[in-house]
Amino acid sequence: MNQIKNTLLRFQSIIALVALCIVLTLLSDKFLTPENGWNIMRQISINVCISVGMTLVILTRGIDLSVGSILAFSGAVTAGLLKYGVELPAFNVFMEFTVFGAILGGLLVGGCLGTFNGWMITRFKVPPFVATLAMLTIARGATMLWTGGFPITGLGTTFAFIGTGWFLGIPMPVWIMAVLVGLAMFVTHKMVFGRYIYAVGGNESAARLSGIDIKKIKVWVYALAGILAAVGGIMLTSRLDSAQPNAGMSYELDSIAAVVIGGTSLSGGRGSIMGTVQGALIIGVLNSGLVLLNVSPFWQQIIKGFVILIAVILDRLNHPNED
Amino acid sequence: MNNGSNIIFEAKGITKRFGGVTALEDVDLQVHEGKVNVVVGENGAGKSTLMKILSGVYADYGGQLFFKGEAVHFNNPKEAMAQGIAIIHQELNLIPYLTISENIFLGREIRTPLGVLNTKQMHSKTQALLTRLNCHLSPNTLVGALKVGEQQLVEIAKALLEEAKVVIMDEPTSAISDTEVATLFNIIRALKEQDVSLLYISHKLDELFQIADRFIGLRDGKMVGTLEQAAKATKEDLIRLMVGRDLKHLFKKEAVPMGAEILRVENLNLRINKAHQASAHRLKNIHFKLRKGEVLGIFGLMGAGRTELLETLFGLHAKDMTGSISIASEQVHIRSVMDAIAHGMALVPEDRKEDGLVLQMEIAKNVSLASMGKITKNGVINAKSEMTLAKKFIETLHIRTPSERQHAKNLSGGNQQKVVLAKWLATHPKVLFLDEPTRGIDINAKNEIYHLINALAKKGLGLVVVSSELPEIMAISDRILVLANGSVSAEFNQENAHEEKIMQAATQ
Ligand SMILES: Nc1ncnc2c1ncn2[C@@H]1O[C@H](COP(=O)(O)OP(=O)(O)OP(=O)(O)O)[C@@H](O)[C@H]1O
Ligand SMILES: [Mg+2]
Repeated sequence: MNQIKNTLLRFQSIIALVALCIVLTLLSDKFLTPENGWNIMRQISINVCISVGMTLVILTRGIDLSVGSILAFSGAVTAGLLKYGVELPAFNVFMEFTVFGAILGGLLVGGCLGTFNGWMITRFKVPPFVATLAMLTIARGATMLWTGGFPITGLGTTFAFIGTGWFLGIPMPVWIMAVLVGLAMFVTHKMVFGRYIYAVGGNESAARLSGIDIKKIKVWVYALAGILAAVGGIMLTSRLDSAQPNAGMSYELDSIAAVVIGGTSLSGGRGSIMGTVQGALIIGVLNSGLVLLNVSPFWQQIIKGFVILIAVILDRLNHPNED
Repeated sequence: MNNGSNIIFEAKGITKRFGGVTALEDVDLQVHEGKVNVVVGENGAGKSTLMKILSGVYADYGGQLFFKGEAVHFNNPKEAMAQGIAIIHQELNLIPYLTISENIFLGREIRTPLGVLNTKQMHSKTQALLTRLNCHLSPNTLVGALKVGEQQLVEIAKALLEEAKVVIMDEPTSAISDTEVATLFNIIRALKEQDVSLLYISHKLDELFQIADRFIGLRDGKMVGTLEQAAKATKEDLIRLMVGRDLKHLFKKEAVPMGAEILRVENLNLRINKAHQASAHRLKNIHFKLRKGEVLGIFGLMGAGRTELLETLFGLHAKDMTGSISIASEQVHIRSVMDAIAHGMALVPEDRKEDGLVLQMEIAKNVSLASMGKITKNGVINAKSEMTLAKKFIETLHIRTPSERQHAKNLSGGNQQKVVLAKWLATHPKVLFLDEPTRGIDINAKNEIYHLINALAKKGLGLVVVSSELPEIMAISDRILVLANGSVSAEFNQENAHEEKIMQAATQ
C-alpha cells in the first residue's frame, strides 16, 4: 500500500501527463494527431531551453527573473547584426555578419548578461531575486534602445531554417531542444560541475568546506542561464522572422512553472532536468488542449495557476520533511 | 520487576520501517515514573527513532503506546505535549532574534481579552520556570546572546511549560561543556523530585552513572534487556548490554615513531571584524609544531577558540588572520579552503549537519565530494570508482547502511559522522584536523575511531584533534595544547598530562 503510494508520487508528473493526454484525446479528435504533436513540441522547445538554465539556477538555490529580457535582447542583437551589421563611423569600420556570426553575437550577449548577474550575486552579495529583477528591466531597456522600439524583420531564409526548418523529419527547434536537454542531463548526472551544483544548493557551507569554489559555480550557472535564454531568443526570432522588442515578456514565469511542476525544489539541491522537461510538456499539452477545446484564454491562465499549485502540493507530500 | 515504581508510559510491540530499513522491531519499553530511564545502544540501534515515536514526531508505526495505562496515539508533537510528553532534540530549535520568554511562548502566546500579547504574564511565567531550573537569566535576554548550555536550559523550560510528565532528552550533553553538564544534571535531579519521569539518551557512558536509575538496551532495532539497578551496574555491564559482548580491545595508544615536521604555526592571530561590533581578538599569538605521526590534542572550554583555530588553519578566515603557516618546513599562503586542500590539509568539522554533509545527497556522493579529482577524467565522473570508494569506507569504518546509495539524511547521527570522516580520508590528507570527531558516536565506534587515528598517525599523517572530552584527549594525544580565551595557556606531553592541571589551565 505504502509502496504503491510512493511509486505513484514518484512518477506523478509522468502519470499526470499521460492522464492529461488521454482526457484530451477523448475530448478532441484533433489532439492526438502528428501535426498537433509536432506543434506542441515546437512550442515548448523555447521554454525548455530557458528552463534548462533555470533548473540549474534553482538547483543552486537561486532564481533568474531576467531570462525573458535576455531572450529578447539576444534575439534583437542577432537580428540586428544579421540585417544591419555593425557600423562604427568613428573608426571607419563596417562589419557584416554571417548567420553564424550573428548567432554567436547573440549567444555572447546572453552569456555576458548572465555572467553579470552571477557577478552581482557572488561579488556584491545581491540576492538573486533582486539582481535578476534589475537585469529584467536593464535588458528590456537595452532591447528597446537597440531596436528603437520597432521589430527587426526580414532576416533571410537561412536564418529562418533554425526556427521553421525540418531535418530528418523532425523540426529544427526540437533538435536543438533535444541536444541541449541531452547535454544538460549529461552535465548534471555525470560531470563534476553538475555534482557541485547539487552540493552548493544542498548545503552551501558543507560545499565550501569541501573545497568547492562556490562563486565560480554560481557565476557559471547564471552565465549558462543567460546563454540558454539567448538560444531561446534566437529560435524565437528565427521562427517569427522578426525580433520583437517586447518578445519573451513573462517567459520567466512559464519557465519557473516548468521547473517547479517538474519537482525541482526552490530551496535548492533537489530536482532534475528530466523533471523540468516533463513540467514543460505538461504546460505545453495543457495549453494546446485548452486551445483545441476553445477554452477562453482567461480561463487558461486560471487553470495553469491551479496546475502549478497542485504540482507543488503533490511535491510536498512526496518530501514532507523539507521546508 | 517494577521494584516499587509505577509505569507511567509504555510502548508495546513497536515496529518502524523506513522503506526497506527496519529501524525498530517489536520493541517494548517502559518508562518508570519519577526515574531517569536511560536508553543505550550503538549508532543506528534505533534510539532516536523510538523517541520520535514516543513524542509524536512519527505517527505511523506498528504497535501501541500506553500512557498511564491507557492506549494513546499521537499524530504530532503537539498532541504528545498536551498529554505531558515533551522531547528535547539534540538540535536546538530556538529563534535567536527573540527573547527567552518569546521563545518559550512561541505559538502559544498568552493574550489579553482584546487579543493583545500579554507580555507581563508571559514574562512572569518565564521567570518562574527559570527559577525552577535554578537559572538566573532575565526572560528578556535575546536567545542569540546565550551560550549553548543556556540555550538548552531554555529548551527545557519550554518543555516544562506544559507541565510535562515525561521529558525525553536525546543526547543533550553532546554539545555542552562539563560545567554545563553538571548544571543539566542538577536540573534532572530536581525534575525527578518533582515526579517528572525522564527518558535519556547519551553515548557518554561515564556521565550516565551520575543520573541513571535504570538502563534500557537497544541493539539493531530490538530491545535486548534492562539493568534495573543502575547503581549496581558497571561500565562493562553497560557495554555488554549495548554491544552484546565485551569490547575486544579497549583503546590503548601505541607509540608511533615520529617523523619530520609537517606543520608549523607561528604567531597566529585572528581578529573577526563584524559590522557594528568592536573587532574581537579571537586567537592570540598561537605557536605550535606538528610532526609526522604525531597526534596533537587541543583542549579548551566552549568558546576558547578551538574551532576557530582549526578553521583559520584551513583557510576559512583568510582575510582576518595574520601569522605564518608552514607545511613540511615551507611557508604556505592559505587563502581559501581550496588552497588548504591542495596543501594536503583536511578538516572534519564539528557540526556534521551544517558543515559536513549534503543531507539530501547519497552517501557515495558525500564521500567523494572533496576528492572529485581522483574519480574523474575530463570533468566526467567515473560512477564505478565512486561506488568502490564509498564501499571501501562503509566497510572500513563500519558505516551502518543498507547501501552506498542511501541518502545521508537517513543515517543515524553517528553514522553520519563516519561519512564525513570518510569524505576527508578519501582526500589522502597529510595533515588531518578533527573537530570533536567522536561527538554522538557510540563506544564501539569511538574505539574504532581511536584506532583509526592511531593507524593514520602510523601512516605518517599529522593529526590535530579538538575534543571537549578530557579522558578522550588524554587517551589519544601525544601532546596536548590547552586553549583559554584564544591563547595557548599550557602545553602537556604524555608524561605530565594530568586531568586537574589541564582543567585548571583551561579555566584560567
Ligand atoms: N528517515 C529515515 N529513512 C530511512 N532510514 C532511517 C530514517 N531514520 C532512521 N533511519 C535508519 O533507522 C536506523 C535507526 O536510526 P536512529 O536514528 O534511530 O539510530 P540511533 O540509535 O539514534 O543512532 P545514533 O546513536 O547514531 O544517533 C538507522 O539504521 C537509520 O539509518
Ligand atoms: Mg540518535
